Amino acid sequence: MNVDLKTQYLGLNLPHPLVVGASPLVDSLDRVREIEDAGAAALIMHSLFEEQILMDELAEDSYVHGHEETFAEATSYFPASSTFALNPETYLERIRKIKEIVSMPVIGSLNGRTPSGWTDYASDIESAGADALELNLYFQPALHADHPAKIEEDAIKIVKSVCDRVQIPVAVKLSPYFTSLPHFVKQVAGAGAKGVVLFNRFYQPDIDIEELKTVPQLKLSESSELLLRLRWLAILKDQVSIDLSCSGGVHTPVDVIKAVMSGADSVQLVSCLLKNGAGYLSALRTQLLHWLEEHEYPSLQEMKGSMSYRNTPNPDAIERANYVKILTAAQIQDRFGPVKW
Amino acid sequence: MKDDSTQIHDANEAVASVAYRLSENIVIYPITPSSPMAELSDEWSSMKRKNLWDAVPQVAQMQSEGGAAGAVHGNLQAGSMATTFTASQGLLLMIPNMYKIAGELTPFCMHVTARSLATHALSIFGDHSDVMACRQTGFAMLASNSVQEAHDLAAIAHSATLKSRIPFLHFFDGFRTSHEVNTYQALSNEVLRQLVDEEDVRAHQRRALTPDAPIIRGTAQNPDVFFQAREAANSYYDALPGIVEDLMESFHKITGRAYKLFDYVGPDDAEELIIIMGSGAETVEQTSAWLNRKGRKTGVLKVRLFRPFSIERFVQAIPPSIRKIAVLDRTKEPGAIGEPLYQDVLSALAEARASGETPETFNPVVVGGRYGLGSKEFDPGMVRAVYDNLKTDKPRNHFTIGIVDDVTHTSLDWDKNFSIQAEDVFSAVFIGLGSDGTVGANKNTIKIIGTETDNYAQAYFVYDSKKSGAMTVSHLRFGPRPIHAPYLVGNAHFVGCHQYSFIDRFDVLDRAANKAVFLLNSPHSVDTIWERLPQEVQQTIIDKQLEFYVIDAYKVSRETGMGSRINTIMQTCFFAISGILPRDEAIEKIKNTIEKTYSRKGRAVVEKNYAAVDGTLANLHKVEIPETATSTRQMLPPVAEAAPDFVQKVTGVMLAGKGDLLPVSAFPIDGTWPVATSQWEKRRIALQVPTWEPDLCIQCAKCVLVCPHAAIRAKAYPESSMVASPEDFLSKEFRSREVKEHLYTIQVAPDDCTGCQLCVNVCPAKDRKSPNRKAINMTDLDPVLEREQKNYDYFLELPELDNSEMRLDVKSSQLKKPLFEYSGACSGCGETPYIKLLTQLVGDRLMIANATGCSSIYGGNLPTTPYTVDANGRGPTWSNSLFEDNAEFGFGLRMAVDYKANTAAGLVTALASELGDDFVQAIVANPQDSQKSIDQQRQQVLALRERLKGIKDPRARMLEPLADYLVRKSVWCIGGDGWAYDIGFGGLDQVLASGQNINILVLDTEVYSNTGGQSSKSTPMGAVAKFAAGGKARGKKDLGLIAMGYGHVYVATVAMGAKDLQTVQALAEAEAYDGPSLVIAYSHCVAHGYDLAQGLDQQKLAVQTGYWPIYRFDPRRAAEGQPGLKLDCKEPDTPLREYMNNEMRFRILQNSNPAQAKILAEEAQKQIHVRYNHYQSLATAKPEQDA
Repeated sequence: MNVDLKTQYLGLNLPHPLVVGASPLVDSLDRVREIEDAGAAALIMHSLFEEQILMDELAEDSYVHGHEETFAEATSYFPASSTFALNPETYLERIRKIKEIVSMPVIGSLNGRTPSGWTDYASDIESAGADALELNLYFQPALHADHPAKIEEDAIKIVKSVCDRVQIPVAVKLSPYFTSLPHFVKQVAGAGAKGVVLFNRFYQPDIDIEELKTVPQLKLSESSELLLRLRWLAILKDQVSIDLSCSGGVHTPVDVIKAVMSGADSVQLVSCLLKNGAGYLSALRTQLLHWLEEHEYPSLQEMKGSMSYRNTPNPDAIERANYVKILTAAQIQDRFGPVKW
Repeated sequence: MKDDSTQIHDANEAVASVAYRLSENIVIYPITPSSPMAELSDEWSSMKRKNLWDAVPQVAQMQSEGGAAGAVHGNLQAGSMATTFTASQGLLLMIPNMYKIAGELTPFCMHVTARSLATHALSIFGDHSDVMACRQTGFAMLASNSVQEAHDLAAIAHSATLKSRIPFLHFFDGFRTSHEVNTYQALSNEVLRQLVDEEDVRAHQRRALTPDAPIIRGTAQNPDVFFQAREAANSYYDALPGIVEDLMESFHKITGRAYKLFDYVGPDDAEELIIIMGSGAETVEQTSAWLNRKGRKTGVLKVRLFRPFSIERFVQAIPPSIRKIAVLDRTKEPGAIGEPLYQDVLSALAEARASGETPETFNPVVVGGRYGLGSKEFDPGMVRAVYDNLKTDKPRNHFTIGIVDDVTHTSLDWDKNFSIQAEDVFSAVFIGLGSDGTVGANKNTIKIIGTETDNYAQAYFVYDSKKSGAMTVSHLRFGPRPIHAPYLVGNAHFVGCHQYSFIDRFDVLDRAANKAVFLLNSPHSVDTIWERLPQEVQQTIIDKQLEFYVIDAYKVSRETGMGSRINTIMQTCFFAISGILPRDEAIEKIKNTIEKTYSRKGRAVVEKNYAAVDGTLANLHKVEIPETATSTRQMLPPVAEAAPDFVQKVTGVMLAGKGDLLPVSAFPIDGTWPVATSQWEKRRIALQVPTWEPDLCIQCAKCVLVCPHAAIRAKAYPESSMVASPEDFLSKEFRSREVKEHLYTIQVAPDDCTGCQLCVNVCPAKDRKSPNRKAINMTDLDPVLEREQKNYDYFLELPELDNSEMRLDVKSSQLKKPLFEYSGACSGCGETPYIKLLTQLVGDRLMIANATGCSSIYGGNLPTTPYTVDANGRGPTWSNSLFEDNAEFGFGLRMAVDYKANTAAGLVTALASELGDDFVQAIVANPQDSQKSIDQQRQQVLALRERLKGIKDPRARMLEPLADYLVRKSVWCIGGDGWAYDIGFGGLDQVLASGQNINILVLDTEVYSNTGGQSSKSTPMGAVAKFAAGGKARGKKDLGLIAMGYGHVYVATVAMGAKDLQTVQALAEAEAYDGPSLVIAYSHCVAHGYDLAQGLDQQKLAVQTGYWPIYRFDPRRAAEGQPGLKLDCKEPDTPLREYMNNEMRFRILQNSNPAQAKILAEEAQKQIHVRYNHYQSLATAKPEQDA
């Protein structure tokens, strides 16, 4: 049986749903070649962080130029021509180079800070040859007690300004922390975005209890993180006419199948590739194919969204009631043994 | 006329642009003030900029100027057109090769920023003593007097050397010309092609050494022929003046700018003449013209081609009407009949007269004078005094001008208020802090005016001697005609004082003209500022009828995210109120310049600068001036009343910025200066200072150890000594195994702290309830200033604990008074804590030989110096010989001390019968290997002195002056990596090999920090530095391993931030080892490009990544059958990139050339493992394998 794995994501015709998510894998052209050889459907660049650029600019201003013109013998401490790359050129150059050596679609990724940063860099990424753009909408409201409506409003403005500025399709990568995610996603679609990515995984620092300081932590995802994605994929699939991409927690063929059944048009892989190498993508694809064959699905399309909120036989399982049921004492005892306190 | 070729740069850049285009190979070495020419050449080469022959010149750095001269010589012999740039001591190192190059008639042009030679003191500033030391080498010497001339004559010199085969030394005044920014017409490649005869180039190439047509050059010759052969080149020297003259004529035809070998300017019937070379000629020319307009008959003869000296052209240039001549030399030759130009003029006139070249009636009186040594100001008032001297019946000869010589009475008086400034020239003075960006903003201002208006513009910048909190004074002029005024602005139309604190300490209105505009950056409002001014300042404002504006620039900069950079704000104010341009136009141009200047730094920097411009005008206010000065405040005295007499009368005057007024009699005759003077200079440059929380303090004393300026200190003292302490003085019980019933205090010196935060960052004691609070925290200075001043004064009076019974560690070492304090080093300096620690360990018997570099500048640059004394008046004695000879210099100190110690020991032994055998034995056998035994020896020497008084034997008299040498002296050679790895390596190696008991401390910043961050052999792979603009492609030299190879050398590498105890132990062990010791200290530096507040964490990372393995190699261990090497660090467990990514020196390459950066980073990582494995094998090897 010849199963059709084709899917469409952001208007791109992909041979299958497995794309390589935003990661440092793109830093090496050799890795990029391996990724293509492994048959990835598309490649997403790691994010161009405007904030990082701004911080580097200010750092350079402070630490390179801040000591200039203070002493007769040393009016500077670095070659005059040596400025830190204070523009996205390195990033854009990387897109250009990757585009030169691969034929799969390359999706840029951007995390802006200033209004002009979002639009200008988006335009730069488009000019560099990216086939689509993923906006990494990440806000840190922790330090400012902004009204949530204002935060959402600003975010939608950004999406709209970018979509108005570029011709390539735009996806928006979201966090799960919205009071009404469907409402927000509808606005994202209304602003011109062609897709959303569920979800961003945030940097969460740990605490060193001896030194009394916070320490950076970088953990790869685990399959358990997939459940959150599945729930919202299933809910959004029926409510919003926008492409969905699952990002975070996909490690096995079963994870891929669950994501697609919940409604994902594409499935992003990062942690599993970091652990197992680029060749793992090829294995996943093969196993996905075999599963579909075994279960006599003629195409991926047939399976896509089959477990969405509306299609599922017990939709309330996706909703809050389910939570109550699972957390009954009896269930806990069944799973984990007697409660000891 | 200004046209498309008009540019505005300093002479270094103007000359480098010519030298680069006319050279195939360039050999460089950093030395102030010529370094920028070398830096630009390296940068242009790394950017693949082409020379006139469409090729990219190769640029190579050598280990010294001597090396550079050798490499140039080789280049020339192999037929390459090579150049180099140098000055001062560097030029001296080139002299041997200059003889060779000239003797072999080799076309070559070098460019020299003329600078003082070190005599009684080093001076980085300008005069002609270096170039005059080369007048006998056979080089042609061509002098340029301005930026335009330096650019033009550079081209003429390159061309003339090719045509004449005589090598050229083209020189211009260090700083005054090399660093003066001025408008000039640039020479295009087309013009250069017209000037350089390709046939001359080919002829040079044909003379190259090549095995295809072999010749031999550089033979040894004997008495039979050497003399004749030496004379064989005479005709080439005879021809040179004509060749240069012809080229100048061609140049005139091409460019319209005329030069002569001797340029006379003045009326045909002039009677008084000044003959002069260099920038001073410009001042003389302008002053002469002014005087002539008032009816005088004066002229100036500007000497351009000094060697070969053409008598014929010289006398032809002088009008026969001249009756009196003053020859001005910018150098001093003690013992000579007169200075060189004076002697040449006399000889030339005498010869011309004898040969009938001048009429019988032409017999002028000739006098000589010295001016401008070490960049001493030479202004129109001084020129007038020289002319006035000539006007007298018996003009004074061998005079000086510009100083007051009240000892040998050589000096001429001059009118300090004399001005020749034209009415259409606008002049301005800006006084700022180095860190506030004032100079950078003024460079922008002058570029706006020089390039975007019809004006010609000039700027010159004066910096003080400190690397942190330095005052800068910018002198700007512009007007409708080219500016020929190489002297400081005297009557400024505009004075900007960018730091409020200066108003109390310096006479900031000294240079203000009547009715000038005065702009003050002040935290006080327009309504209150008047009463906040000292009475003297109020009076000056009233007397000079100044227009007074005020702005709180720091408020604007805070609000717009500019931090302490108030440059853009003050620049906007200047344009807004000076009226040079219409306000809107000026603001638009400032914004354009911001875009140009900062766009490559990124949008964030541009936008915050825009915001600063926009926020400025609303905060700029004009102050109404009352009719009388009502303030009760007076300006602060430069030093406290308690300061010693010399500090009051000399140092204090220098601190007030009035050092120019000090007469000769004020100074030591031999360069000897008192120590312990930095304590009198209270700079108060920190905005925040650390304060102590005793409840949290664990008494580790790390904060005290790491302070670069000895501005935070620890003391343990008996409770009983706490008498009449200030109310807020803090203390807690001293925790010690050895010392009981003492109190402990950590105290900041609020006026001396630079606010670097190293102490806070190193503090390990955190409040468990709120980990942000440590035992040391930064606090705003103002609210605590008075309190902490009182506390610090009290703290200094508390007794110092005798720590000789305590175990040596960080804590105990920091209870000793540092004998190195409050230096002018950069805020957060990584070097000074090591020196300070050394003075705490052995300061009372320490002799320091200091290589030229950062440590000699913050260690010995006037007005005040940081080495100080203990309660007994003992402390480090310090001297700087040269850059290249420091190890040898220290070796000499050791020899001298050893001889005296041996002689003293011999005399003591010889007098044993009278002194007592046991007494003598106790002295000569004292091992002096601990503080306790050293103290014991001091007591014994005191007793010895007493006993000697009663002994009549003449040997007792011989012993008396030598007795103190019986206490062991600790000789240390201190310097940076430029010295130890490069220029001084040969001597350092010799001293290590000698086996002498000498200690070497290398403060390794991995670049030539003092001259602005040029690459050395210590610069790591992958780092961008000046002279390695494309990234250093090779690894750092392993100096420690080389030294270990000898087997008998104690070697340690240390990084205080990584393991401070190991640093203490290494210095102590090195000192105790009776043989050569080498301690290489990781020193973070502003040239690494990150926030130095994080310097100690970065040191930790350097060790964790294996970038900087710390170890101690002790030959004594090897002698005991143990491996000599002991690694004090673990196997690298962190990727190198984590270290590299923190520093701009690496990140610049990661961005400019990521592929190369990646290759180099990977290679560097590999080398770390290879090196660690090698060290590991040495640390486990049997002793016989060590050597």
